[in-house]
Amino acid sequence: MPDSVTTIEKEIGKRIGEKPWLCYQCKKCTAGCPVSFAMDLMPHEIMNLLRWSASDRILASSTIWLCASCETCSVRCPNGIDIAGVMDALRSISIDKHYRPGEPLVTAFHRSFLAGIMGAGRTNEPVLIGIYKILSGRLLDDIGLGVKMILKRKIKPVPRFVKDRAAIRRIFREAKARRTK
Amino acid sequence: MSLKYAYFPGCSQVSSAEEYGLSTEAVCESLGIELVELDDWNCCGASSAHMTDEFLSAALPGRNLAIARETGLDLLTVCAACYSRLTMSNAKIKSDDALRERIERAVGADPRFEGKVRHLLDVIVNDVGIPQIKKFVKNDLSSIKAVPYYGCLLVRPREVCFCDSAENPTELDLLISALGLEVRQWSYKTDCCGGSLSLSRNDIVQRLVNRIFERAVEAGADLIVTACPMCLANLEMRQKPGKLRFEQVFTVPVLYFTELIGLAMGLDGWEKWLGAHLIDPFPVLKKIEALS
Repeated sequence: MPDSVTTIEKEIGKRIGEKPWLCYQCKKCTAGCPVSFAMDLMPHEIMNLLRWSASDRILASSTIWLCASCETCSVRCPNGIDIAGVMDALRSISIDKHYRPGEPLVTAFHRSFLAGIMGAGRTNEPVLIGIYKILSGRLLDDIGLGVKMILKRKIKPVPRFVKDRAAIRRIFREAKARRTK
Repeated sequence: MSLKYAYFPGCSQVSSAEEYGLSTEAVCESLGIELVELDDWNCCGASSAHMTDEFLSAALPGRNLAIARETGLDLLTVCAACYSRLTMSNAKIKSDDALRERIERAVGADPRFEGKVRHLLDVIVNDVGIPQIKKFVKNDLSSIKAVPYYGCLLVRPREVCFCDSAENPTELDLLISALGLEVRQWSYKTDCCGGSLSLSRNDIVQRLVNRIFERAVEAGADLIVTACPMCLANLEMRQKPGKLRFEQVFTVPVLYFTELIGLAMGLDGWEKWLGAHLIDPFPVLKKIEALS
């Protein structure tokens, strides 16, 4: 590991084994990113700011939450950096360090999704949508779509559950214990 | 060759993408692929787990891998996201012993799955084989032009996915052509639909989805064929997000590859599968004599 490696780069290395310091700013990641039009920092700028140890700007950015994990950047990176994996690690670090999320609606969605699994062991759309509407406050979104989905029987009224929910709870407890230690 | 698999349906295939689950079962039965549903399977955690928590992203699929280990069979799935999460978790558990131990403690069983995680498209194209599939085709679908839409999770990362290329795969192309349709070439087959941003930033998803439709129309497609329930949901639901009204700009239907196989083979149940779509596929299917 070169001497110039920053604290946050080391943290990423520790979490996912990637070497973000190999980036030489060719900008291929940004050129191919389908979501870059909505980002506040371009993917190559995130990689550059990691080199400058600008953790606050990165961890409070919209970009880390808007990355859709399509992995186009990862397969195109000439230095073999899994940039989408780096984004995963940055989101996780951002949560651990209690940053205010740059995209509160996106984090509300992830929290809703995981809460549904924690409760049932399965993903049930009405439960997911219900929790998301409460957490996000977007109560009136997609009413028309919802009606159409019910008519097409795409939304099932009875949720499905895993029988061994104790195992699911143990998984979530272990995840939480790791985060808080 | 006996084809028997532990089957992981995945949450979508028993709810919003029920037509994918039903057509999968019908197609497997008639191709002689035996499916044994995995006992008490749980959600793979999808994007939300791997985007926010390294442990959950490995442990939720890890419990399914532990159950699959007991069956002694390979594990089959049809959802591109489940396939991706199970495959990634399987690789991680085998390379990281400390992680494996933590998962084993939480799950209460050994998650070191010894079989392979397979996607049905892989099994059909590479195990059943294209020449064999051609023998099963009964209905003439040659009047329909289709574009294959793989999305992201079937093809990336290249090291673990079955497809032959991360950006220009051909498996679905070969299958569609074997079923008798005309395959149109386009450069959007592995472009992202926006995935899990569907509820939270539907403005972004709308832009991506509309571009995919525009390019499909430009390529002369009557039909988009996919193997991913998230891709299909975003294409059908996110052309024009709104509050009280639901509107669509494009009428090009999107079907699962299993539905298309069922149509070509003349399997019972296709009216029910196709009736579940938010973009009505029946006008396009009027071009097929055998179905009218």
